[in-house]
Amino acid sequence: MSKKRWWQGLGLLIVVVLGVYAYQTRQVSHAGESITAVGSTALQPLVEAAGEQYTGEHLGTFINVQGGGTGTGLSQIQEGAVQIGNSDLFAGEQKGIQAADLVDHRVAVVGITPIVNRKVGVTNLSTAQLIRVFTGKVTNWKQVGGADLPVVLINRAQGSGTRATFEQFGLAKHRSKTAQEQDSSGMVRSIVATTPGAISYVAFSYVDKTVQDLSLDHVSPTEDNVTTNRWKIWSYEHLYTKGQPTGLTKKFIAYVESPAVQKTLVRQLGYLSPSQMMVERDAAGKITPMGGA
Amino acid sequence: MKTKTTQQLEQQLKRHSKAAKLEIWGRTISLTALLLIVAVVVAIIGFVASKGIATFTSNHVNLGDFLTGKSWNPNITDANGKPEVGALPMIVGSFLITILSAIVATPFAIGTAVFMNEISPNKGAKILQPVTELLVGIPSVVYGFIGLSVVVPTTRAIFGGSGFGILSGTCVLFVMILPTVTSMSADALKSVPRYYREASLALGATQWQTIYKVVLRAATPGLMTAVVFGMARAFGEALAVQMVIGNAALMPNSLVSPSSTLTSVLTTGIGNTVMGSLQNNALWSLALVLLLMSLVFNLIIRLIGRKGRLQ
Repeated sequence: MSKKRWWQGLGLLIVVVLGVYAYQTRQVSHAGESITAVGSTALQPLVEAAGEQYTGEHLGTFINVQGGGTGTGLSQIQEGAVQIGNSDLFAGEQKGIQAADLVDHRVAVVGITPIVNRKVGVTNLSTAQLIRVFTGKVTNWKQVGGADLPVVLINRAQGSGTRATFEQFGLAKHRSKTAQEQDSSGMVRSIVATTPGAISYVAFSYVDKTVQDLSLDHVSPTEDNVTTNRWKIWSYEHLYTKGQPTGLTKKFIAYVESPAVQKTLVRQLGYLSPSQMMVERDAAGKITPMGGA
Repeated sequence: MKTKTTQQLEQQLKRHSKAAKLEIWGRTISLTALLLIVAVVVAIIGFVASKGIATFTSNHVNLGDFLTGKSWNPNITDANGKPEVGALPMIVGSFLITILSAIVATPFAIGTAVFMNEISPNKGAKILQPVTELLVGIPSVVYGFIGLSVVVPTTRAIFGGSGFGILSGTCVLFVMILPTVTSMSADALKSVPRYYREASLALGATQWQTIYKVVLRAATPGLMTAVVFGMARAFGEALAVQMVIGNAALMPNSLVSPSSTLTSVLTTGIGNTVMGSLQNNALWSLALVLLLMSLVFNLIIRLIGRKGRLQ
């Protein structure tokens, strides 16, 4: 009997201690102390790294960063469930989003390049050839001057920001033929690297020596070519807020846009800074030269 | 005096004893737990159904088109202005991969179970049981990863193509459902009464005749339940299949062409859609199909169980 009592007492003690601990360490969510950013996995590394640096410099602030995809980011910010929605696309391009309610903050530019398996033996395609490859008109690489290998298309998932950008600017708004879909750039790269005849597309930062990137119309996929828009397949990375940002959200976005982050983190993580761009592109895809540059 | 003792006695008898109080307490706790679980199940089914039906009610997609259409492109509309949400490729993919993996796994599972129970119970208990239990514990992402780095290249080398497809998915799922089917088949064989075997051997039957004509026959309902359980698991498996099947929303025209299942389309697509949009609702409709199918699997298991008991 006494042993049972003892156990009961111990159980009660544990519950009380845990309860007190949980109460003491509960997340205090006053405005201006903790914000959440959700969305695009392509932008996640940058926001995470910037958030870590920021909270390191400003003690007592918390910036939670979560993935989930561009669609999740935009729908969460539209509902007001989070403070920042990360997106690869202009909000107006995503179906079901009222872009007028959201304020756009462009914090980075990312270039996207077609990649092929190294055995394909092609390093340059014309845009017309690329479109024929992705729409299924070219089924063997020898039709475009490569090895005798069947073409294996690998797409990103429908609704992915990378895919939307690639189809709009790389394929001139042609839709890719239905083919394999993978939901991450890392997976796409490893499949292209190991599958003979494979072709896909990834952000510049994912290109390594296991895959061959392609020049289009003899323009090579370099950052310099992106800044002048000679390489057309690129997109902005957006932080969206509902209405004008306030408090910590405002400070954090200003921090990400500041030269300190743009010149260091943004470059280190393989993005381009919007300030490097010599042209500007609006949601409709219209290009205008930047004033100062 | 006398009345007072009667009163005391009455009170004493009517009072809840400690044991009775504990009983009420215990009953309340288990009832609450039950109600909570029922509420959760009802809530999940209600939520998935309301979201899944929205495709047909608020987005005006024809149910027939959804179930028989072969083109899955929720982002665009076809010539008639209707969104392309034909789920047939995914439904066919899911069923094909489930049935194929069950066909491959069943002989292995029953063979193992027979060896464990009938032929060599000692070795079975010592070696095979722990091995199958170990297989159950391996997380599905590990199976998927092995599938991606071993099964897919092998398939590509032997059959050509990209290696992604139903065949690779079947290979991975076969290993994944094998332990489930094996351990449930073993239980089914164990529940065959000992005197069946004794009677058969006493009639002069060999061990193989006993196993084949008596034990397996008597255990048939249990074995079928095991296979259906395995199929239910294969049908719902998402991650490992998604990694090896290629996720192309195309009608599978061969076992090595990339195709997709209900689960693989769900996991790749859900993060890229906006709550409440057609693209999102269409995915919920796929989830609803998935949920209904697992209910059907449960019903089949019940039906087999009831039939088995009657005989």
